[in-house]
Amino acid sequence: MRPVRSGPFAAIAREAAELGHWIDARMGISRFWRSQAAEYYAPKNLNFWYFFGSLALLVLVLQIVTGIFLTMNYKPSAEQAFASVEYIMRDVSWGWLIRYMHSTGASAFFIVIYLHMFRGLMYGSYKAPRELLWIIGMLIYVCLMAEAFFGYLLPWGQMSYWGAQVITSLFGAIPVVGDTLMEWLRGDFYVSDITLNRFFALHVIAIPLVLLALVVAHLAALHEVGSNNPDGVEIKKYKGPDHHPVDGIPFHPYYTVKDIVGVVFFLTLFAAVVFFAPDFYGLFLEPANFEPADPLKTPAHIAPVWYFTPFYAILRAVPDKLGGVLLMGLAIVALFLLPWLDRSPVKSIRYRGPVFRLALMLFAITFIILGYLGMRPATGVYTLLAQVFTTIYFLFFVTMPFFTRYEKTRPIPDRVTYHG
Amino acid sequence: MASRLAVFVSMLVPTGVLAAGGTIELEQANNNFSNLSSLQRGASYFTSYCYGCHSARYVRFNRLQADLDIGEEQLKRNFMFAADKPHDTMTTAMPADKATVWFGQSPPDLSLAARSRGTDWIYTYLKNFYVDESRPLGVNNRLLPGASMPHALWELEGLKRAVFAEHEDAAGNVVKLFDRYETVTPGLMSGDEYEQTLRDLVNFLEYISEPVKIQRQRLGLKVILFLVFFLVLTYFLKREYWKDVN
Repeated sequence: MRPVRSGPFAAIAREAAELGHWIDARMGISRFWRSQAAEYYAPKNLNFWYFFGSLALLVLVLQIVTGIFLTMNYKPSAEQAFASVEYIMRDVSWGWLIRYMHSTGASAFFIVIYLHMFRGLMYGSYKAPRELLWIIGMLIYVCLMAEAFFGYLLPWGQMSYWGAQVITSLFGAIPVVGDTLMEWLRGDFYVSDITLNRFFALHVIAIPLVLLALVVAHLAALHEVGSNNPDGVEIKKYKGPDHHPVDGIPFHPYYTVKDIVGVVFFLTLFAAVVFFAPDFYGLFLEPANFEPADPLKTPAHIAPVWYFTPFYAILRAVPDKLGGVLLMGLAIVALFLLPWLDRSPVKSIRYRGPVFRLALMLFAITFIILGYLGMRPATGVYTLLAQVFTTIYFLFFVTMPFFTRYEKTRPIPDRVTYHG
Repeated sequence: MASRLAVFVSMLVPTGVLAAGGTIELEQANNNFSNLSSLQRGASYFTSYCYGCHSARYVRFNRLQADLDIGEEQLKRNFMFAADKPHDTMTTAMPADKATVWFGQSPPDLSLAARSRGTDWIYTYLKNFYVDESRPLGVNNRLLPGASMPHALWELEGLKRAVFAEHEDAAGNVVKLFDRYETVTPGLMSGDEYEQTLRDLVNFLEYISEPVKIQRQRLGLKVILFLVFFLVLTYFLKREYWKDVN
């Protein structure tokens, strides 16, 4: 910034600069800024798919801030929870906006994260040296699922209640310790006021703390190895006379201004949902959840929120309860193993063969279809289809070591390229 | 194989019709929640015909007064019980335990009915009461067979009987299918008038399920306009910065 030499603000500017130096000498903030932003080099060819990391960070902050304000008026008790949410929606100033931002934010978080993960699959971002980065990312995803699950009980609607009842009962399928474990989780023999209280504690403090720590670790690991890019080539290979990668540009200001465009574009879509379709046709806020929880009245059809339905479909595809639980767990574990299942010499889909392209496309479609099946009742044709697509889901992982190893790949460019 | 495929395809298409059971296709309410006079009419129907049994316990009188432009006198005369204060909510005078004895279950609170059931569901429900002597209250409902609610609006609609025709299904069994309604006692309103009444009532229920809805959409338009304008600015800022990147 240009120093102000004279005029009424000169003295203030001098004082501020001095304060900056004072802090810097004791904390090294400007060095941190330089190493992590102004002189942190990112590949210059990052495309559309690279917006979702910063967007996930934005949604995280949005959820924390709106969550804090919701906590000010929400009552975590079975007697008052449902009414307190309606109180927020009707009587608290701007309560409805905060609540809709939080409920839409939950779904937005998963949309952004799923696209972020798909980017990783497309461009082989989990491959060496980014295996740990991927593992930490997967831990964030698991945490996020726990966070969403605990949070979904809080409105204390019918779907909140029975969803929690079904998911906690899954732990009962574990041999020997199952029932004890289930009781320990619920703090009761069934989902009750006690369960609501502990889920509240886990949702507002325990899981968010872990989540934040993991996000810091994710960023630290990222800045150690640097971003991958759509070509999957390492920009650190070629460095200029200034010792910076020739195909890299400083994260700030280039990617900060670029990410702001992504942020505003995202917020536009986000606002469209918050203001015009906050329940998003029953997907983000389910109709049954506008009925207060009734432990004596089981709804005809219980389905989790859309972001869990692919795994719910896998769970129900297995006739045996324990088998279903194990397979569902395995569906998530398989994602952790990707860095070691993928034996291809190239990272990016751009230089892989047709088999990988086909397999990845099939996998993405399978995931969406499983998501759809998880919302439907588990009867007849639906169960059969869930079994077929569960098989395809796992075939993707099981066959990966083979088709990635033997498939002919195209030559990788030496340096990054531009594709429009 | 082809038939199995047909079943599969038909299952993918969302449909309101199910082959068995009493489920019928939902009719569209087509209510317009920005129509203030419809909301006002709906509010008065609600207090006259529903509020005796059903509460709307999250709805405050003074909010109704402000949002629906209802005068204070009218509010006190038509909406509030003597002991109610303007900031109170619409709780019913009917005790829940007595209601359970009278009707078999206590009438549900209607604050959020339009969000849990949907406006089309309520509209269709209120259009399909018919005389059925086998029921304790003499009426049954085609959308919700065995409903414990009486036909609260019979005075307006009149009473009608359902005529069932016998059909043979694919397996050769004789099944009774609904054919048409026949008027038993005419009501105070014509069919069209009754439909309009239901539309107003459903409209009011949609309003109380989310009183902020109109305000939300109005604000949303401004927010989105600002964001689109801001998007253009940020885009050009980005382009300016990226000029020197080849």
